[in-house]
Amino acid sequence: MAEIEVKGGKKHAPRIDLTPMVDLGFLLITFFMLTTTMSKPKAMEIQMPFKDKNLKDEDKNKVKKDEALTVLLSKDHRIYYYNGIGDDPTNPPQVEVTYFKDKDGIRDVLINKKKSVQDLISKGVLNAQDKAIVLIKPDSNSTTEDLISILDEMTINAIPVYAVVDITEVDQDFIKATEAANPQ
Amino acid sequence: MPKIKLPRKSTHIDMTAMCDVAFLLLTFFMLATKFKPEEPVQIVQPASTSTKNIPDGYMKITLDKLGRVFFDVDNKVQKEELIQRINEGKNLGLTEAEVKSFVTGSGVGVPFSQLKQYLALTPAQQTAFDKTTRGIPTDTTESFETNELAYWLDASRFIVKSVDHNTGKETQGRIVIKADGDAKYPDVSKVIGTLGHLGIFKFSFFTDLKGIPPGTALAESGAKQDAE
Repeated sequence: MAEIEVKGGKKHAPRIDLTPMVDLGFLLITFFMLTTTMSKPKAMEIQMPFKDKNLKDEDKNKVKKDEALTVLLSKDHRIYYYNGIGDDPTNPPQVEVTYFKDKDGIRDVLINKKKSVQDLISKGVLNAQDKAIVLIKPDSNSTTEDLISILDEMTINAIPVYAVVDITEVDQDFIKATEAANPQ
Repeated sequence: MPKIKLPRKSTHIDMTAMCDVAFLLLTFFMLATKFKPEEPVQIVQPASTSTKNIPDGYMKITLDKLGRVFFDVDNKVQKEELIQRINEGKNLGLTEAEVKSFVTGSGVGVPFSQLKQYLALTPAQQTAFDKTTRGIPTDTTESFETNELAYWLDASRFIVKSVDHNTGKETQGRIVIKADGDAKYPDVSKVIGTLGHLGIFKFSFFTDLKGIPPGTALAESGAKQDAE
């Protein structure tokens, strides 16, 4: 029977260089890091006002001028706003401009509106159950980001009642007039 | 200058520990993540403070910044049921392979007249076609002929259901809009208007997560909830 003799015999255990193994490991990690996602996408829920075609104008909720703030979204993330509903073309409201800023922006406008409605309730001008209402009217130059941001501001400032409505001719004239008065 | 000769030691680093770390990280990523779902077109989502998740079993309307509309359903079984229904309703004459292409695909953005040819393409060709397609025709009317998005939604709203993992209860699938931040308002308005015509007033927008700004009403109500 043939016998195989190992001559000399190895004195050291075979040493494997693990560097390529590590390279492979990090290559796979990089692949998984780039092609997978850990979190489920988040979503913001929207509730649009119920549009009943048979609803007559008289039955619609009458929004009081004192509790309403109208916000117009326009191009370049600009926001025009005024107190009231803007349904009286003979008495144009004071239109002001602001932007989506953390300080001195639309957030401060909303906080001030809530405060003024609270004041009016304590003075007795408004009833106790009246709340600040914001009417959001995006014009055709505003973007989805503007819409989402303003709806997010509603949640951030805990505005109880708000609605996205179509922009009126009167409002579009306000925007044109303000832009004409401030050429940039 | 005295010459200090540093004894040269062999630079053998034991790589076992490094290897362990690498495979530990790899195992974490393999187990805790899911592959990103394919999108028909690149979208940059706007951000909001909402932390709500969307349960599985939803209809997704994708709106890119050019205003093109794409439609997808996330559950594959419901997707097959949907395409069969569309096939019968619109008499498209789809083959088995085309049905399979729809079910495994990432959503369609073509009018019904082009749907059969689109589904006959390979996935690579479909991606190339998606770059130039004009999307699903959507307008502000109630007509199912011109407003094809309305037809898609009407066909899928009763097929798409989401099952609650905890209670096992089946509810109607949600409608989620994945809109690009730069998509113009009139395009979003068309989609929202279409939903309104179908009597759908409750839906969602996919958004990236934004931190709650400190000192605001939402931050305080969150702190109150944590304290309870």
